[in-house]
Amino acid sequence: MEGNRVRVLIAKPGLDGHDRGAKIVVRALIDAGFEVIYTGLRQPPEAVAQVALEEDVDVIGLSSMAGSHVPYCRRLKELLAQKGLDDKLWIIGGSIPLQDQRELEEIGLDGVFPAGSKLEDIVDFIRERCQ
Amino acid sequence: MTTSGKKNAGPSLRRQETDRPVVNESGIEIKKLYTAEDVAETGGTDMVGLPGEYPFTRGIHAEMYRKRPWTMRQYTGFGNAHDTNERFKYLIGNGQTGLNVAFDLPSQIGMDSDDELAIGEVGRVGMAVDSLRDFEVAFDGIDLDRITVSLTVNGSAAIMIAMYLAMAEKRGFDIAALRGTAQNDILKEFIGRGTWVFPVEPSIKLVADTIEYCAHNAPKYSPVSVCGYHIRESGADPAQEMAYAFCIAKAYTDLVLERGLAVDEFASRLSFNFNIYGNIFEQVAKFRAGRGLWAKIIRDQYGATHPRSMVMRMIAGGGGSGLTKEQPEVNIVRGAYYALISALSGAQTMALCCYDEAYTIPSEDAQRLSLRTMQLLIEEMGLCDTVDPLAGSYYVETLTNQMRDRMVEVMTEVDGQGGIVRMVADGTIQAKVSAQAYAQMRDIESGEFPKVGVNCYQMEEKEPLVEYHPYAEDDARRQVERLAKLRAERDQGAVDAALEKLTADARAGVNVMPAIMHAVKAYATVGEMTAAMASVFGKYHEPVRF
Repeated sequence: MEGNRVRVLIAKPGLDGHDRGAKIVVRALIDAGFEVIYTGLRQPPEAVAQVALEEDVDVIGLSSMAGSHVPYCRRLKELLAQKGLDDKLWIIGGSIPLQDQRELEEIGLDGVFPAGSKLEDIVDFIRERCQ
Repeated sequence: MTTSGKKNAGPSLRRQETDRPVVNESGIEIKKLYTAEDVAETGGTDMVGLPGEYPFTRGIHAEMYRKRPWTMRQYTGFGNAHDTNERFKYLIGNGQTGLNVAFDLPSQIGMDSDDELAIGEVGRVGMAVDSLRDFEVAFDGIDLDRITVSLTVNGSAAIMIAMYLAMAEKRGFDIAALRGTAQNDILKEFIGRGTWVFPVEPSIKLVADTIEYCAHNAPKYSPVSVCGYHIRESGADPAQEMAYAFCIAKAYTDLVLERGLAVDEFASRLSFNFNIYGNIFEQVAKFRAGRGLWAKIIRDQYGATHPRSMVMRMIAGGGGSGLTKEQPEVNIVRGAYYALISALSGAQTMALCCYDEAYTIPSEDAQRLSLRTMQLLIEEMGLCDTVDPLAGSYYVETLTNQMRDRMVEVMTEVDGQGGIVRMVADGTIQAKVSAQAYAQMRDIESGEFPKVGVNCYQMEEKEPLVEYHPYAEDDARRQVERLAKLRAERDQGAVDAALEKLTADARAGVNVMPAIMHAVKAYATVGEMTAAMASVFGKYHEPVRF
């Protein structure tokens, strides 16, 4: 069982420090039985890609509350491709305006969970796609 | 993206099961009826007193809003100093009586706009500030004697306070008479909000530096606004919100006392920032209880003798965590009730989160609506007619006594666990409040904790009528260009010398404010001054605990 557990990286991209949501999601994922790696605040795209590689995660999750996610995800997409990580499940949550949701999906995000999303929806989404 | 489960279009679980106990967020069970006996049993009326007198439970001034309504100070700032200056003037033109400055994230954490980590963040959530020049532009044409300014900044607060003072001085204002506030509460940044820069110890030393410097040079300026607000937003209950803030205020007070200042030389300039969302009576009791408790702490534990030292001056506002993304127009009504809470609680300053904040930086219209909400209370609803109108209610007085007891319990618990500084440094408080935030989220999702539009009275969400605040990439580019121009034009020799002095003072462990003032006046940048200090203080590494 231990070896088969889905590994999820939760990262706080950019400079924003509002981590209530990220930490809630981390706890929900741990309770759901996933292995969770939480980066803490202020992760540049390079760091997220590197940790994702080193920790051999199945899911890369970002929590964005301050609006810089579109340029950030464009950069991260390049880095993930360079490291051969573009097959990982890539999701984002937080304060994501509607027009950004569409743009993020075009960039290649598999799941966008804006404020108001249910924890079980995030858990179910990962389960369905990773198991 | 997906929505699971059925929507509950009807009342909450709590309304459906009327026989279950009612317990407020702070853990106090609420009775069906209160009488004089309840007041007597919970400690009586000794702590009630009169407004303007110890213990200040009823208010910090004798006449409160009869003399002057609360200051209305919406949180504003975006793009560059020019844009922000225009919005400031718009708000002042609409009757706002103070300014509350929002800075962008690079400025808040001591980075210049041309830092490579600042890409996409310059001017996004607040005004970009690189040097004194930005302050000169942002406050151009604003009478700093009439409009008091609050700087919502923490990690780089020492620098921003210096910029504000230097700007005012340059414009001919007398610093010794200048009023205003900086948030400058770094301990709560480690718990929530996260704009820390240096490790915990040098960070709190910097706070003490600003308090000491202002006590000597700008005695009317409030260098710190201790924030329960963000701790509550991070998951603390209302009693913890206030108790943790008092623990933090005591930590700063202790540091300043170690420098030989007397408590009466600076305590009157400490101010507070608290949250207003939640149960109306619990919040009002929280504020009344907090005022009495703080007065008692400063008088009895610190030996203050001047009544001014004992008052808990506060901004009571915001309420962000209470607002919802669902049915956003309902937030207009929530905001009005939150404003009522603040007015019933004797706040000195009020700011309201706008109804569109779950979606965007508030529009001008949304900001005006918040302002009008407060003006309604003042002009039409009678909130300024008499002082502390809820006093004497059996319920409110009982709850005030109980909330005070809860706060004391929480503070005792903190002392027993090694004190607030240690608990923040090792991540204990962060883990505790985030566990509570998770528990509350679970309760909201299960319907245990009622939230209109979220778990009761739900409906299909329409595409909301919200005007999105655009991110102006051109503005960010222009900010970077102006910074390059500044670097080319200023006297580099003077900047280098000032930064060397700042590094030397940081190393010597003396108060760095004079050196920062000097560097600011030479047009050193936020990033340069922060780097100079970081070369001595080091950088903070976040403890991650679950």
